[in-house]
Amino acid sequence: MSFSLATEGLSKAFRLHLQGDVRIPVLDGVDFSVAPGECVALAGPSGAGKSTLMRCLYGNYGVGAGRILIRHHGAPVDLAAADPRLVREIRRDTLGYVSQFLRVIPRIGARDIVAEPLRARGVPAEAARARASALLTRLNLPSRLHDLPPATFSGGEQQRINLARGFAADYPVLLLDEPTASLDPANRQVVVGLIAEAKARGAALVGIFHDTEIRDLVADRLFEVHPMQDAA
Amino acid sequence: MSHDPGYNFAYLDESTKRMIRRAILKAVAIPGHQVPFGSREMPLPYGWGTGGIQVTAAILGPTDVLKVIDQGSDDTTNAVSIRAFFRRVAGVATTERTAEASIIQTRHRIPERALREDQILVYQVPIPEPLGRLEPRIAETRRMHAMADYGLMHVKLYEDIARHGHIATSYSYPVMVNGRYLMSPSPIPAFDNPKMDQMPALQLFGAGREKRIYAVPPYTSVKSLDFDDHPFRPIRAPQTCELCGSRDTYLDEVLTDDVGGRIFVCSDTDFCTERQAVREAAE
Amino acid sequence: MSTPLLTAPLLTARDLTLHFGRVAALDGVDLEIHPGEVVAIVGESGSGKTTLLRVLSGLMRPDGGEVSYLGQDVLGMGEAARRRLMRTEWGFVHQNPRDGLRMAVSAGGNIGERLMATGARHYGNIREQASHWLTRVEIDPARMDEVPARFSGGMQQRLQIARTLVTLPKLVFMDEPTGGLDVSVQARLLDLIRALVADLGLAVLIVTHDIAAARLLAHRMLVMRHGVVVESGLTDRVLDDPQHPYTQLLVSSVLAA
Repeated sequence: MSFSLATEGLSKAFRLHLQGDVRIPVLDGVDFSVAPGECVALAGPSGAGKSTLMRCLYGNYGVGAGRILIRHHGAPVDLAAADPRLVREIRRDTLGYVSQFLRVIPRIGARDIVAEPLRARGVPAEAARARASALLTRLNLPSRLHDLPPATFSGGEQQRINLARGFAADYPVLLLDEPTASLDPANRQVVVGLIAEAKARGAALVGIFHDTEIRDLVADRLFEVHPMQDAA
Repeated sequence: MSHDPGYNFAYLDESTKRMIRRAILKAVAIPGHQVPFGSREMPLPYGWGTGGIQVTAAILGPTDVLKVIDQGSDDTTNAVSIRAFFRRVAGVATTERTAEASIIQTRHRIPERALREDQILVYQVPIPEPLGRLEPRIAETRRMHAMADYGLMHVKLYEDIARHGHIATSYSYPVMVNGRYLMSPSPIPAFDNPKMDQMPALQLFGAGREKRIYAVPPYTSVKSLDFDDHPFRPIRAPQTCELCGSRDTYLDEVLTDDVGGRIFVCSDTDFCTERQAVREAAE
Repeated sequence: MSTPLLTAPLLTARDLTLHFGRVAALDGVDLEIHPGEVVAIVGESGSGKTTLLRVLSGLMRPDGGEVSYLGQDVLGMGEAARRRLMRTEWGFVHQNPRDGLRMAVSAGGNIGERLMATGARHYGNIREQASHWLTRVEIDPARMDEVPARFSGGMQQRLQIARTLVTLPKLVFMDEPTGGLDVSVQARLLDLIRALVADLGLAVLIVTHDIAAARLLAHRMLVMRHGVVVESGLTDRVLDDPQHPYTQLLVSSVLAA
């Protein structure tokens, strides 16, 4: 089976130099793969390392050992060993990430935050903003809020901006970290629809879903992340 | 005529003259470039032409005929004193006629009559550095000259236009010499700037307090800085000379009484006198 | 569709060393910056980051190492060539706007200087450019003829940026550009820099000790300590998964960066 994103023997440990050099292993030899059009949900108890795996997949955390292969512009690339500029290019063209929290950029309105990934690819401002408006409207964000900086928005509003930003650019691979945590039932259904459409266009999705009802609606299969024994 | 035997010819000792001549030669070789020299104490205060006098003393020969003008005039204190000084210490002939002089020392004017190849014009210079008011660090101004990094000078002209609607610099108007060095023409009126361009006479500049000599050799390009949409314009009072009727010379405004009466007359007294004589002869 | 990010480097430095007496200000520093890339150099005061900026921009000579800009040897080039770069393809934004502005020259004249230095001789066009750039840095163009001494600190810094960017440089060095400003003013300035850099595709090398500023602006960052680059990489990876003890200390010292 061809993959969009796969790991081979992925290991990750944190070494905390400020806490007496304690070493905390989190992932050890993880082999994982997701195919185009597939949505895989990461499962496992709290603290098992689902978020760590997710952040490794995005290149946000470095890895201790193993490879992260991502199909970028048609060819597999090892994200774990990629040059920072290649990581940026992969994130611009191939790999999207919807985090739990919105990192607010001062003074930038919601619509421009959502349009930004498209602008980075060279999409003209008007087209990018139109796409952003459409997504925000679909996620039921009142249009009077579209041009306001979201610093003062509620958690649910900020999360919808995050979702719109993640889905605006039609990434071939999309990572979703608790995408529905602060949403009401109506907006959860919108997210379910967005995920279904992404799968239909051939995107590979990896998600952490706290909400098992949603998870079972969107995930094709589960990938169990096992907690490791603490070691010194 | 002989000079006062109590002094060496032309006041300065011979080795000082040689030092100044070397500076002059270097200045002529690098048109517009300021050459440092060991300026001497002269028997008059700074600001009265000590730089010009030293240059004149270094180039003066027994057969030279010297003319000295101050703001175009031969008969003001500064001009009269310097002429008397060289008559005494060098015994040279002096004149008020531009055409008859071989060396003309000037403060703040260029004579109206065109100068010839066998004449030398010596300027008294108070502030030789054209960039000085914009860039106070001397080391930096010298680096700017070395690199021909002259954008700043246009900033000054830009500021003029922004503030006054036109380039309000009416004297000490900066020029580019030979397409390379930015130079202050000394505080001559901008009206005189075009006369410096391709002048047949050698032009020497001496700044006594600042200890700098610079030069424009004969037939050298001297261009006043400007903008395409604000070209350089030599400005003069739009009047006619009350005495000689001239409409194309630089005029001084003279108050004639204490109730607002005023007339305009040529600043170049020799030129004006000559024209009056021609007019009278014609009548 | 989109432009590739993998281009040849604009500026490359190899094995830079510089000692002040027995103190190593730079100790074997390597660095590359590519077109359109924003690289932050972070570290505490005295870590050598400002020295590195001065060496890279040719303002200071190292004891050893090389710096090349588009194939030209920066340390070997004459001062005339270096100055030409500095007023055309490079820019330098100082921490204190007084070091980068002419305080007695109007805002318009400050912006116009680089244009005039590179041969602009049309007053009307220079004014037009100045007005355009004042607008871009959010200063009312009606204040074009005022001197910067009458501007607030934040405005002065924005004016310095306009003055630097007017010739559309390829590479801009910034030394703590938000250093002396109030926090509220800093955010606005950072955001402005972020937008301009993205619009103009500038490469920026920014020295800062403000981790939040680095996160907002930089694609990549270098952490310096005692003249050594102890860690470098993608900004979010260095900040979220720091490896070196010093970087961990730096990150943990910041309130929610």
